[in-house]
Amino acid sequence: MSIQAEKTSSSSGREPAGVLNQDAVIRLERIHKTYHMGDIEVHALRGVSLEINRGEFVAIMGPSGSGKSTMMNIIGCLDHPTKGQYFLENSDVSQVDKAGLADIRNQSIGFVFQSFNLVPRTSALENVELPLVYAGVPAAERTRRAGAALAEVGLAGRERNMPNQLSGGQQQRVALARALVNNPSLILADEPTGALDTRTSVEVMEIFQRLNRDRSLTIILVTHEPDIAQYADRIIQFRDGRIRRDSPVENRKDATQVLTQLPAETEDDEEEVL
Amino acid sequence: MKMNLTAILKVAVRALNRNKLRTALTMLGIIIGVGAVIALVSIGQGAQAMIQDQINGMGTNMMFIMPGNVFFGGASLGAGAASTLTEEDVNAMVKEVPTIAAASPIVRASGQLVFGNQNWFVQIQGANEKFPLIRNWRVDQGEFFTDVDVRSADRVIVLGKTVADKLFSGIDPIGQMIRVRNLPFRVIGVLTAKGQSMVGQDQDDTAVVPYTTAQRKLLGQQIPSINQAMISAISPEASAVTQKQVSELLRQRHKIQPGQTDDFMVRNMTDVAQTSAQVTTLLTILLGSIAAISLIVGGIGIMNIMLVSVTERTREIGIRMAVGARPNYIRLQFLAESLVLSLVGGFIGVVIGGSLAALIARVLGWPTLVSALSVLISFAFATAIGIFFGYYPAHKAAALDPIEALRYE
Repeated sequence: MSIQAEKTSSSSGREPAGVLNQDAVIRLERIHKTYHMGDIEVHALRGVSLEINRGEFVAIMGPSGSGKSTMMNIIGCLDHPTKGQYFLENSDVSQVDKAGLADIRNQSIGFVFQSFNLVPRTSALENVELPLVYAGVPAAERTRRAGAALAEVGLAGRERNMPNQLSGGQQQRVALARALVNNPSLILADEPTGALDTRTSVEVMEIFQRLNRDRSLTIILVTHEPDIAQYADRIIQFRDGRIRRDSPVENRKDATQVLTQLPAETEDDEEEVL
Repeated sequence: MKMNLTAILKVAVRALNRNKLRTALTMLGIIIGVGAVIALVSIGQGAQAMIQDQINGMGTNMMFIMPGNVFFGGASLGAGAASTLTEEDVNAMVKEVPTIAAASPIVRASGQLVFGNQNWFVQIQGANEKFPLIRNWRVDQGEFFTDVDVRSADRVIVLGKTVADKLFSGIDPIGQMIRVRNLPFRVIGVLTAKGQSMVGQDQDDTAVVPYTTAQRKLLGQQIPSINQAMISAISPEASAVTQKQVSELLRQRHKIQPGQTDDFMVRNMTDVAQTSAQVTTLLTILLGSIAAISLIVGGIGIMNIMLVSVTERTREIGIRMAVGARPNYIRLQFLAESLVLSLVGGFIGVVIGGSLAALIARVLGWPTLVSALSVLISFAFATAIGIFFGYYPAHKAAALDPIEALRYE
């Protein structure tokens, strides 16, 4: 295997080279992704190597076109790399077929999207149950676990609400509960605060931080807001399909603390905050 | 990963429930299709059953022998122009052809039947005592005449149901004296009702007398002749061989040289039965196919709506895939939807088609028959259509790329 060679060329400088890191949830080795748009070849990723350990809270940043979305899709098992290997929990998933990838997403990955992506006209509880349906969990247990996940994100009592009866922050918390319900190895959040106001954003980050701290949940957060990235403990910056910078966060923000400093939630205050 | 069928069905039903008008309109195509198949096939099968009934009632092993074409100086005089068939021919047939169960000469006469101030004009058939056996036609009241009556040419008469009803309203006809061509006859029996014949003739508008009586008393023939003969084979299977042997016997008796045409005709009821069965089967298939076309149109409607539904729910499909729905599961999900559409539509169609068949029977008076088979076939057909026309949209949904689907606006 080319693990050793890979590590040295990697811009990530934190892994003990040559030793198989048992703690690594994600290990990417020289991942390439090339799209063909007509005659033009687009190199979205040009040999990215990366390791993310259990319990890390990583923010991925970079301008649009830097390859961070492609990275997310590959880490999220929504797409195959053109070249290179991807180990998720030490098993190679680079060449797994569509159905296999669906199972991996179901068992090991929880998604949170910018636009919430709840199934419309379907209650909060049923939205959260969705991954369990595809995992073949019996109905009674589904309801119990989905209820618990909703309670964990502070939405107990909102089980019967439809997405359109919930605020943006609440919808994002439902999505978070859905991402949690299957006890995944990692949560992938793609611009989770992009559609939220400041206070709600911080509230969502507070949940992320709490889950990361209390449950040692691995979280990968894609964002272009430096503010939001400061809630993570490691920032990886992408540019032109490569990792440009990979560094720990110096002054990590604590969302609970930030919340106490923010003015109370009223309609008028939102202007100031923005 | 386990496929949770109840979950799939639940989601399918809910998705259909969301857009009730659209679901109802899509279903309408299947409802009309299945309803039309059931109703139209019921007409065809009703006709088939009625004809089969009549042929059975007539006896499928029965055949008529008619005097045939006679050439007189090169000119064809047409069938029945000469009395080439005789009583002796009939007797010889019974004696020489072992597969004949019974035979009777037929002598036709017509006349006015008078009872009190009632009268009725009727075609009278002269036959022997084997008539009920050959025609498979029982006596309802009283009894049929016997060989003694035939031998002594008694003035006894057995009436068809229609005739009995016309002459004797509310009076027991048995034992009553009526006048036929001004001769007194005693009514000894009334035949069971047979209803209309294949060509729409009232078979009960008839009366039967001994053929000897018809020859001597009604027609006053100096030289007795018969119009035709009626025989029945011992079984439907034996009718072909019987027909052949009867033909050979008659050619021999009539001294017809090889190469010359017969001077008689044998009409086998089995042939008639088969022909009508073919005709009505064809009719049923024709009606069914026309209706099936509307079912296919309904199927195309399903496909259309499912394609729209897949496009509308692209994002939802993306979400489901992201949280772990396999492509197969998505396929099943949409197939379940089109299947629910076609099954529920099929069920309603069966109910409506059945009601329509009943309505046709009542209003138009046509015999209709909704058979379990036609219900089963149209239901199966509707299901097949649901799967066939649902497959492409479902496949399209399953083939979606989750990344693209999630981005879809």
